[in-house]
Amino acid sequence: MAFKGQIVIDTEHCKGCGVCVPVCPMKCIELSKEVNGKGYNFTHTVNDNCIGCASCAMVCPDGVISVYKKKI
Amino acid sequence: MANTDIEARKQELLNEGYEQVYTKTKVLTDTVMHYCPGCGHGTTHRLVAEVIDEMGIQDKTVGVSPVGCSVMAYNYFDVDFQEAAHGRAPALATAIKRLNPDTFVFTYQGDGDLAAIGTAETIHACNRGENITMIFVNNGIYGMTGGQMAPTTLVGMKSATTPYGRRVDLNGYPLRITELISTLPGTYYVTRQSVQTPAAVRKAKAAIRQAFENQKLKKGLSFVEILSNCNSGWKMTPVAANKWMEDNMMPNYPVGDIKVDGKLVDNVDVSRLALDHPLTVMQ
Repeated sequence: MAFKGQIVIDTEHCKGCGVCVPVCPMKCIELSKEVNGKGYNFTHTVNDNCIGCASCAMVCPDGVISVYKKKI
Repeated sequence: MANTDIEARKQELLNEGYEQVYTKTKVLTDTVMHYCPGCGHGTTHRLVAEVIDEMGIQDKTVGVSPVGCSVMAYNYFDVDFQEAAHGRAPALATAIKRLNPDTFVFTYQGDGDLAAIGTAETIHACNRGENITMIFVNNGIYGMTGGQMAPTTLVGMKSATTPYGRRVDLNGYPLRITELISTLPGTYYVTRQSVQTPAAVRKAKAAIRQAFENQKLKKGLSFVEILSNCNSGWKMTPVAANKWMEDNMMPNYPVGDIKVDGKLVDNVDVSRLALDHPLTVMQ
């Protein structure tokens, strides 16, 4: 049984701290080169490996990440 | 993405058969927190709010915010809040709890508030065994005022007022207030947790949940210390600050339960703690 995950990031409220990047076990989050309205390099997904473990959401200080998953 | 786009995207995923694993709790308001990027305060706020949400006690909870970085905590929680004078949050929480015994009262304090100016209030509230929950965020520095030395600053640690590192002969020893209050008979649950990894965050949440559940038992005070980074005060990136905290803070402030159900945990001997975990001197 495997899961496919999706995360929704509130990029306008992301502060670009990057705490979620090293904790992702599937290495699917990176900081963007673009900036949001406040000038922070917000976090974004770079591949489809997400398994919906919610590790990124657990450590996010601002709660900008919502996690969804389904069985495949 | 604008807010409406985010909600639309969430709905789209639900329609595609995804189930929601995690989203920000409604007990936190939509106000953007003023904390620095990566600060442990945000995570700790989220955990407290999630516990209040899961226990269904939002309309019965009263928080007491301190002076320090978390001085504006009342803007972020959608529960009743009272602002205390510097260090006096436990005294105020005592009054709220005694006048309204059915409410869940928690204080949210930093190390400058709880361990420096508010030491007397902290120790006496713990000694009286008030049925309140105290959340203590320890980052070893005065974050709000610009990174001055706190009682919890490590030996050898550089701060704005100890630019060559904290010296024991001049500045004294770091204060382990959590061990100190665990020796008082009034405390029922004393623990130290951290919020730098997903596993640590889950443990910290369980500890905060336990601390709130204990208020129903009316047996004494529950005290949860949360080790946090202060990347601005420590002059590091958030990720490096979390690593530094694991390497330097944790040997001096060992993570784990210290007192559970009114009894000191077997493998923690508070009187010998200083010998078991000698103070490391940083280079």
